[in-house]
Amino acid sequence: MDKPSYNTDIVRSFINWSIVWGLVAVLVGVIVSFQMIAPDLQLPPWLTFGRLRPLHTNAGIYGWGVGTIFAMFLYIVQRLCKTPLWSPGLAKFQLWFFNATIIAAAVTLLLGYTTSKEYHELEWPIDIMVVILWVSFAINIIMTIIKRKEEQMYISLWYMMAAIIGVAILYLVNSAAVPASLFKSYSAYAGTNDANVHWWFAHNAVAMALTAPPLAMFYYFLPKSTGVPIYSHRLSIIAFWSLIFMYLWTGAHHLLWTPVPDWIQTLAMAFSVMLIAPSWGSVINGYLSMNGQWHQMRENYLVKFLILGITFYGLQTLQGPMQSIRTFSAFIHYTDWVPGHIHMGTLGWVSLIGFAGIYYLVPRVYGKELYSVPLANLHFWLVLIGQLIFSVSLWIAGVLQAGMWNAMNDDGSLTYTFMETMVEMYPYWSARAFGGVIYLVGVLVFIYNLVMTVKKGSDPSPALVEAEGRA
Amino acid sequence: MWEKKPVLFMLLATAAILVGTIVTMVLPFAWVNTEADRIEGVVPYTPLQQEGRDIYIREGCNNCHTQTVRPLVSEVLRYGEYSKSGEFVYDRPFLWGSKRTGPDLARLGGKYPDAWHYKHMDSPRSMIPGSNMPDYKWLRDGQVDPESVRNKMEVLGFPYTEAQIADLSGKTEMDAIVAYMQKLGSDIPWREATQTEIVGELTNPFPGDPAAIAAGEQVYTDNCAACHGDNLEGDIGPELAGAGYDDAMLFELIYSGITDNGMPAFSSLGSEKVWQLVNFIQSKE
Repeated sequence: MDKPSYNTDIVRSFINWSIVWGLVAVLVGVIVSFQMIAPDLQLPPWLTFGRLRPLHTNAGIYGWGVGTIFAMFLYIVQRLCKTPLWSPGLAKFQLWFFNATIIAAAVTLLLGYTTSKEYHELEWPIDIMVVILWVSFAINIIMTIIKRKEEQMYISLWYMMAAIIGVAILYLVNSAAVPASLFKSYSAYAGTNDANVHWWFAHNAVAMALTAPPLAMFYYFLPKSTGVPIYSHRLSIIAFWSLIFMYLWTGAHHLLWTPVPDWIQTLAMAFSVMLIAPSWGSVINGYLSMNGQWHQMRENYLVKFLILGITFYGLQTLQGPMQSIRTFSAFIHYTDWVPGHIHMGTLGWVSLIGFAGIYYLVPRVYGKELYSVPLANLHFWLVLIGQLIFSVSLWIAGVLQAGMWNAMNDDGSLTYTFMETMVEMYPYWSARAFGGVIYLVGVLVFIYNLVMTVKKGSDPSPALVEAEGRA
Repeated sequence: MWEKKPVLFMLLATAAILVGTIVTMVLPFAWVNTEADRIEGVVPYTPLQQEGRDIYIREGCNNCHTQTVRPLVSEVLRYGEYSKSGEFVYDRPFLWGSKRTGPDLARLGGKYPDAWHYKHMDSPRSMIPGSNMPDYKWLRDGQVDPESVRNKMEVLGFPYTEAQIADLSGKTEMDAIVAYMQKLGSDIPWREATQTEIVGELTNPFPGDPAAIAAGEQVYTDNCAACHGDNLEGDIGPELAGAGYDDAMLFELIYSGITDNGMPAFSSLGSEKVWQLVNFIQSKE
């Protein structure tokens, strides 16, 4: 066993905490979905829809999303660089500071301290905590890469480094604000400028936090799970560089038909459509890597999560560009179609890859075989069905409401009042809440399976021990 | 070779990220919020309005309401004049939103009288049956702190007078948010400019038709009863039973509203429903 002594304790901790925050995100999501159909279900001032919804999105993006990124990257970087983590102490600090930041975020959001900017609601003191957190993470990853024993940097490392740089630039620029008190600040930009800067941030946060990192995980875990390499290295190179180049032009597709200058909207629309190519570069690379291995979809639950995950990525990156076209945006924007779209990305793509990564890592970092493969399969079906019910019902709702908003009488007057269109949404919102509950049950099955793995999992197979260099 | 050199790799990745960033995010500062963008009449928020805006932010109203009207026919008909860049130069942060669970609010100012807003914030469903907006009655318990508002006005660099600050004592958070609602989109005189002008003879298509009267009663319950009372006896708005309008005049008042006194235009109901309403009201003479 001539392997470096990799640091796995920190990976364990990040896995555990990311799951805790993931559960919070889904649970709060289910609560707010019921608040939309039962408006009296509020406990003002702290537990109202307006304050809980940002908690749901922040727990999902920063707690679960970024938490799993930390866990996976800290594991993968050591393996790909064939060297232990540069600073275990810094990683430990990062773990506790991560939890402190998420707790501070949750508390302040419920107290109503918010900038109102979607996915960047945290007020300036918490912003500073996020920056410190990200820098401590970045230093550890980059230094480990610099000190690596393997000369060639694998694809996953490219996506990691791009994510680290991208998130840093986006977050810093969009944070700019003038504090008025400890928990109140005013944006450094006003009106239309503020909108343009913000959606440049928000759309590319999706690129740099919820696209590049899951791709890094996918490119690592798929070959590890199937035992065969990625189909084309050249395709990976083209997909990577064109993705990180094109993404940054597209933020204003969230602002079509608003007062933002037309040429920015047109560029955003054009680049959004062009983004189909690099996105599908990775999807096709994933599919072709399955050549001769498709039987593993039946036999290997990890492959099932990964391939369904990349499939939802493919669908997401077709639907997204479609929504970025002016005419389609005019129809569908501001309706429930959009949350349906977002949740295909988060519940389908990002979370399925996250689940696969955790299923891959837990036996390795705890030295136990997975407690139950049938339960992992049950988890798979529950989250898949839950997510489909969620998204499909909202897509139907969105088309219905958009059609009603635009309906006109022969004399040129509107056919429906706003309320007549809104009350039509209730059945679909109920279906969405139902889908969310199924997803929540799926997550609980997942957690039960992992807890039982750690408590009662059988000793690892010789192959697992060989791969990890530890018992 | 970049696959073997992490520092070079990171420089290249940064460059790739910065191109689109500079073109679509940095350059627009040269065009937006410049003098050419300015609109006469658009003024900063007063202390009470700004406090209301901060409460709007605190309560996350932007999660369900947008504040930008797109230049699309159905949208302009429903909400009013489309939004212009120059109207938002004092908005820090912007509050355009991304989802209309409730209606757009960019042109809400002046649509309803204050009394409507107080009642609606107390209990939205008492005014709009079927609404899923939560009650915000509890904003009446929050007191505005004049000194903190003064501080915020200083940070924002907005003009204010001592009298305005003094006026804040005794004001509740509800007063502030209603003041903000009434400012929204009203810096330009769009309501007067876009008043629907009815041309030609207005003829009641179903005078005294019992089916139209029954349909009109439902329209009344959904859209009018909150202000004019369940039995047309009047409340926020005047009593309607036996008001003595002729059909055409009544149609015009409902369809176009009365800009000055808080009677909203109900053109968004469409002409057929307005005529049903006219016949229902006339049946209550």
